[in-house]
Amino acid sequence: MNWIYEPWSWYISGPMIAFIMFLLLMVGKNFGMSSNLRTLCTICGAGSKADFFKFDWKTQKWNLIVVLGAIIGGYIGSHYLTSDMIVTINSNTVADLKTLGFESAGTAYLPTELFGTNALLSIKNIFVLAIGGLLVGFGARYAGGCTSGHAISGLSDLQLPSLIAVIGFFIGGLTMIHFIFPLIF
Amino acid sequence: MRTLIYLFIGILFGITMFKSEAASWFRIYEMFKFESFHMYGIIGSALVIGIIVVQSIKRFNIKSFYGEPIKFNPKNKSVPRYMFGGIIFGLGWALAGACPGPMFTLIGAGYLPILIVILFAVFGTFLYGLLKDKLPH
Repeated sequence: MNWIYEPWSWYISGPMIAFIMFLLLMVGKNFGMSSNLRTLCTICGAGSKADFFKFDWKTQKWNLIVVLGAIIGGYIGSHYLTSDMIVTINSNTVADLKTLGFESAGTAYLPTELFGTNALLSIKNIFVLAIGGLLVGFGARYAGGCTSGHAISGLSDLQLPSLIAVIGFFIGGLTMIHFIFPLIF
Repeated sequence: MRTLIYLFIGILFGITMFKSEAASWFRIYEMFKFESFHMYGIIGSALVIGIIVVQSIKRFNIKSFYGEPIKFNPKNKSVPRYMFGGIIFGLGWALAGACPGPMFTLIGAGYLPILIVILFAVFGTFLYGLLKDKLPH
């Protein structure tokens, strides 16, 4: 059972994700995480500002419980199932990241420069996290789904719109890392 | 009972996101650099099995655990909506290094700055709701 404590290889992780989607389908639900962000808006009263948020959020309670589980799962995964929190990425990637100022590359799970306790002392870091979140939230709803809703659920259902969205994800991601990162880091 | 099932599925999902390192900012960066097969292997294998699962459910009319028909919601046909929305999402995914599932997993793993990402992701969703009718769909 030692494999559990090691980073999971893709051929364990990918089938697990498919299994999670299968379980959700079998209990009559669809796999999609970003719709929870809309539900949170509705709970906060956004329905009075835009019709988009006027719906009975209780119909989405099940998905918020999945989110709660994902938080607990993150706790279990990091506290009980991981002996070494280092993500071993390609050495070329590490070298690249070091030139951008990410010295923690190859020695941590997340860059301490952005997610460490002291990271929030920098206004620039707060901006990076905030803009990143803003784009994810706006883009996911505009596209009608995120990685789980489009790349997994939608493509599994052979939906052409999901293929267009996933192509968009990559155009955006590649643009950010190859053209925008050198300007901001 | 159903609540416990959803919670169980969520926990399984959270553990998988953390242990697969799909919740790692580094893995997302590496993926967009095409310097590792890891993330492509995860998404690709999930997808191959996912296609087999979904097509089997449709072909053989498999019912849910509760005996109800399993419904799929076909997406509306459009190009600009998915393309523009997708690009905006991709920009954010690469910058924050987290998509909407792993974001929550990272709270549990104790990376509190992720709360800023989540807060602004909710705000971004709110902005979309306000601007929805003015955007090309």
